[in-house]
Amino acid sequence: MSDGLILETRGVSLSFGAVVAAQDVSVAVRSGEAVGIIGANGAGKTTFVNIVTGYLKPDSGRIFYGGEDITPLSPRDITRRGIRRSFQIPQLFLDLLARENLLIAIAIAEEPSPSPWRPLDTASRRAEADAVSSRMGLEPYRDREVRVLPQGVRKLIDIAMSLTGRPRLLLLDEPTSGISADEKFEIMDRVMNALKETAVTVLFVEHDMEIVERYARRVIAFFDGRVIADGPTAQVLSAADVRRYVVGTEIYRRAGAVGEANAVG
Amino acid sequence: MAFDRTSLLLLGALIATLVAGPFLPAWFTFLATVALSKALVVLGVMLLMRAGLVSFGQGLYYGIGAYGAGLAANMLGIRDAFLLLALGVAASAVVAAIVSVLLARYRDIFFAMLSLAFSMIFYGLLVRSAALGSTDGFNLPPANFAGWSPVGATGRSAVFMLTAVLAFLAAIGAHRYLKSTLGMIGEAIRTNEIRVEYLGASVRRAIQIKVVLAAALAGAGGVLTALAASHIDPGLAYWTTSGEFVFVALLSGTAHVAAPLIGCMLFELIRTFAVQYAPYTWQMVVGASMLAVIMFLPGGLWSLVRMRLRRTA
Repeated sequence: MSDGLILETRGVSLSFGAVVAAQDVSVAVRSGEAVGIIGANGAGKTTFVNIVTGYLKPDSGRIFYGGEDITPLSPRDITRRGIRRSFQIPQLFLDLLARENLLIAIAIAEEPSPSPWRPLDTASRRAEADAVSSRMGLEPYRDREVRVLPQGVRKLIDIAMSLTGRPRLLLLDEPTSGISADEKFEIMDRVMNALKETAVTVLFVEHDMEIVERYARRVIAFFDGRVIADGPTAQVLSAADVRRYVVGTEIYRRAGAVGEANAVG
Repeated sequence: MAFDRTSLLLLGALIATLVAGPFLPAWFTFLATVALSKALVVLGVMLLMRAGLVSFGQGLYYGIGAYGAGLAANMLGIRDAFLLLALGVAASAVVAAIVSVLLARYRDIFFAMLSLAFSMIFYGLLVRSAALGSTDGFNLPPANFAGWSPVGATGRSAVFMLTAVLAFLAAIGAHRYLKSTLGMIGEAIRTNEIRVEYLGASVRRAIQIKVVLAAALAGAGGVLTALAASHIDPGLAYWTTSGEFVFVALLSGTAHVAAPLIGCMLFELIRTFAVQYAPYTWQMVVGASMLAVIMFLPGGLWSLVRMRLRRTA
């Protein structure tokens, strides 16, 4: 980690039969970066997140986290090392209260082997859950069953749970998908403000280029399981391949670029 | 947390039961002893259900507890009820610790059928074993209680008291467990075990511990049933016995640790009176009761208590 790299993938490839989900993916992320991951549907963005977090094992290539090879580790062991993720479809405990969801996340982060005797709901954990809730604007929903909460709130709880346990690297899978256009900036502002307080490195998968433009300083663009561009946001969004396969004309024009806009299909 | 409202209510109910114990008629003392012994098993079934797991094989641990105590009494000459209890519980827990390694890999119907398979293997061994009395089983000598050897009605009352103490304390322990981090992880597993792993906890470990806890409770229930009936037979491990535990768990509801205690008492009463007044159709009475609960109280009998509490709140 002396070179500041927190995550590095080297030549990661994965196929499902004839479908190539990841093809020689090599990226390096430094501590403190906010990286947007873009690509069309099926480009390999979520596959990348699933590989980094151990849910999928690559056919070839290695993944390093803080210099340690985490390729063979389970999602649980990877989480324990400080990599956390949120999900495109919020993965919550629907029968429990929002606060209980957070308390479980906090307690598991505290207790590697959870106790069958020590109460889940302690004063210190409750204070932490309330602090996370207030950072994410979840106070009105704390004592409500997750099952009855709207999608936007569920997204926030999902992200809030991934923020517990002081992660060093956070992967957010489409944090604004399923959220109304009015709410998306509000939600991202809350998330990014919460992240500022924790100084966590964040990679977020996003379809919405307005979100990417506003919150990512660096963008990695995927197409067909390959990385087709990686660099500063404005530069990647104006790259010809990215315009052709990922972005479309609108963003390209707003980015002030000229020339190949008409070629975008 | 140590003594919250539920714990205090259960303690109060235990004290009331112990005070009433010596004044209960003999038939009811036996019925209540069996009911509370089975409530221990159903409590374990409930713990599993809270994680979305249904075991059709708790008869395995119920039988191991009973046979463990019976063998210790007959072959080793151990008469102390507390020691027999410890041995029965330990035997059930050890077997569960081994079996749980495999069980924890399965869910839904596969978990249910695998648990059933283990119990039927044990049942098969029992009925084939002449040394264990085959289908007839064998008798247990009367137990003593730390040197005190009560006989007759006093002996039956002593077993009842021991059973009541264990059943209520187990319910308090289960309540505490369900409020613990591990207990709540069980609740979380029911709806989303992938997220549990992604938070850094081991789903398998949580399930294995649950299986062992449920088995220990079933083992205790088996020992107490054996002490109350003074007889053991392979029927304790038969699949219909396991099915009855699931049946009563559904009848009781899984929302509260007191539900199995109430449900088991009610079930034994319904069955006793149904057998007495409808000896050839008592199963229909029990079946109709279950049908009524499923149709009108899908949350089990405990939902009646909950409705009452809501109204008074």
